[in-house]
Amino acid sequence: MSNETTNQKPKLNLAIYWGSACGGCCVSVLDVHEKVLDIVAAADLVFWPIALDIKYKDVEAMPDGHIDLTLFNGAVRNSENEHIAKLLRKKSKILVAYGSCAYMGGIPGLANFTVKEDLLRRVYEESESTLNPEKIRPLTEVKVPEGKLTIPHLYNTVRCLDQVVDVDYYIPGCPPQSERLVEVFSLVVSGKPLPPKGTVVGALEKTNCDECKRTKSENKKIKKFYRPWEIQDDKVTCFLEQGVICMGPATRGGCGVRCVEGNSPCRGCYGPPSTSSDPGAKMISAIGTMIDSNSEEEISKIIEDIVDPAGLFYRFSLPGSILRRKVV
Amino acid sequence: MSYSPTIVAFLCNWCAYTGADLAGTSRLRYAPNIRVIRIMCSGRIEPTFILKAFKEGADGVLVCGCHPGDCHYQEGNYKCLRRFRLIEKYIEQMGIEKDRIKLEWISASEGKQFAELVNNMTKTLLTLGPSKVKSTLEVES
Repeated sequence: MSNETTNQKPKLNLAIYWGSACGGCCVSVLDVHEKVLDIVAAADLVFWPIALDIKYKDVEAMPDGHIDLTLFNGAVRNSENEHIAKLLRKKSKILVAYGSCAYMGGIPGLANFTVKEDLLRRVYEESESTLNPEKIRPLTEVKVPEGKLTIPHLYNTVRCLDQVVDVDYYIPGCPPQSERLVEVFSLVVSGKPLPPKGTVVGALEKTNCDECKRTKSENKKIKKFYRPWEIQDDKVTCFLEQGVICMGPATRGGCGVRCVEGNSPCRGCYGPPSTSSDPGAKMISAIGTMIDSNSEEEISKIIEDIVDPAGLFYRFSLPGSILRRKVV
Repeated sequence: MSYSPTIVAFLCNWCAYTGADLAGTSRLRYAPNIRVIRIMCSGRIEPTFILKAFKEGADGVLVCGCHPGDCHYQEGNYKCLRRFRLIEKYIEQMGIEKDRIKLEWISASEGKQFAELVNNMTKTLLTLGPSKVKSTLEVES
């Protein structure tokens, strides 16, 4: 590593890894645009599967604690995710759960509404576009003339990162806002004292409603819930007051309320605010207060319009919630 | 060991808890399966209380408040009712039988009704068998 700036601090070792993820978090790192030059000026990327050809065995060969900062995105849902999570924990000084999936399970976490067998049957046998009369399923082990080939095996339950290894910090978001990443990264580079372990960084303590610019009244009253396509949004009034479920009251601020600014209700990717551990519970609490009826029948009728509360309220957070998964 | 259900009961201070107290002072015999937690109002019930009770191994959760119109804080029991209907829907989606949670109105004078309620709920839970929430969490994580 030749470095012409001789009076600089030694470069940090930075690793970025994806577990069960879509790749969006890795792309969000690139979304820092020209700031990426500052990042590579301050850090060497020692491991980043989406961009660099560095093998697992290279990571295994690193001394423990060799990596200064690891951004782990994606949930843990197979043996490979778990193996690398444990490996990176050992090799990293600071391990960050980066993005909704690593933080609370994210979209892959919705698999916790079902079990592995039902999932595989649906994907390999029943889905409308599948043609698989022999009902072939992928094997985790297969013998070929050259020897035995293996692939990771899928778990029955999706877990978030801190259910598998010790996590230092959390950066929520699907994906996290790139500006927040730059702030956190600059803090680590600066060598200033870091927040206490376990802190959710790159986000606010309060809810999205606190940041939202739409007009809201003190006491929201809802007589009927609508799906977003059933109603013409007036673009100024609080979504909930229009009867459209917005996860704002149960979601940590910090994203800049981007979805609402784009006239779409909040979906809750930043997870619950610091005062709550379970976004769905928080949302049920909030909505319960807003339903404008005291009659048993009317309440039941109003609630009928919330077709899938579990999927709606825990879209990004089922594995990290209190119940974690469907009871089996 | 034979199964005896554990019911976590959240009772409001003003009506239901006093009603349960009356059951006691009237020396009524009823199923010893409830673990009572006194709260100021059924409107204080956060959904997390119910979810945590299941997570810690409760087989059923009972919530009792004042009769409609009688809430000490005017509206608390209505808020509880609205939340409760949503929680019912949610826990069913999570594979927990709806009959494991119950919301009933008990006034301060309804000691007998309270005793019957606990007996009936215990019976229901005996039929349903133990809750699998805790064991699922243990096996799957």
